[in-house]
Amino acid sequence: MKDSDLVFKALADPGRRKLLDVLNAGDGLTLSDLRAHLDMTRQGVTQHLAVLEAAGLVATLRRGRHKLHFLNPVPLQEIYDRWIARFERSRVRALRDLKQRLEGARNA
Amino acid sequence: MPKSTFVYVVYIASTPEKVWSGLLDGEFTRQYWEHENVSDWKAGSKWEHRKGSESGEASILGEVVEARKPSRLVLTWAAPHEAKLRHRHSKVTFEIEAVADMTRLTVTHDELEANSDMERKITSGWPRVLSSLKTLLETGKPLKTWAGR
Repeated sequence: MKDSDLVFKALADPGRRKLLDVLNAGDGLTLSDLRAHLDMTRQGVTQHLAVLEAAGLVATLRRGRHKLHFLNPVPLQEIYDRWIARFERSRVRALRDLKQRLEGARNA
Repeated sequence: MPKSTFVYVVYIASTPEKVWSGLLDGEFTRQYWEHENVSDWKAGSKWEHRKGSESGEASILGEVVEARKPSRLVLTWAAPHEAKLRHRHSKVTFEIEAVADMTRLTVTHDELEANSDMERKITSGWPRVLSSLKTLLETGKPLKTWAGR
């Protein structure tokens, strides 16, 4: 499987996306830290982390007895460079701004 | 003051020697980073991350803590106006390892002041720099990463 296939596959699961959100908010979390933030079994978190690590989206660092997990955004940047930046970034941005304005107006 | 740590990993279809010089050769860094990294890269020496040419102003500066070509480089990292404030300096560790026919580059940026300007800059900067370095080494062409920003 290509690297980008692994990334897209890893991102296809809402639980794994939530995990990335949690990692993004606080750097260097242990498995127990992650469990405290997520409604998932220890085994579930471990399995999701393995998929995210294989895709390169999670990097780990050993600090003493602890294994810390970090969000590694580089594969996302590669997808951004390949799939977004190249295609009319300014129009994409204009559409996003329009969407935000319209949704903001609706929620006001 | 709370400190934060960020870890970035990129796999590059290249050799550790090329990745090493890709980080340190000013001619090369200018192509994908828009800055030249300037130093003699010996432990204890100063280093500077200069905008544009040799004579350009430093946007980042610090000291070389450790240099073990081509596998490990440790730098201190500071904005020029914080050069004298040692407690504001952060630390960047580059680890370069051959993995099968690829090279894994791990950048650990730690001792960063949490929620500082520098933290905001490096978290948006490193992914772009590393993706661009990978593209330049693999294809011979840099990404226009900073265009239109």
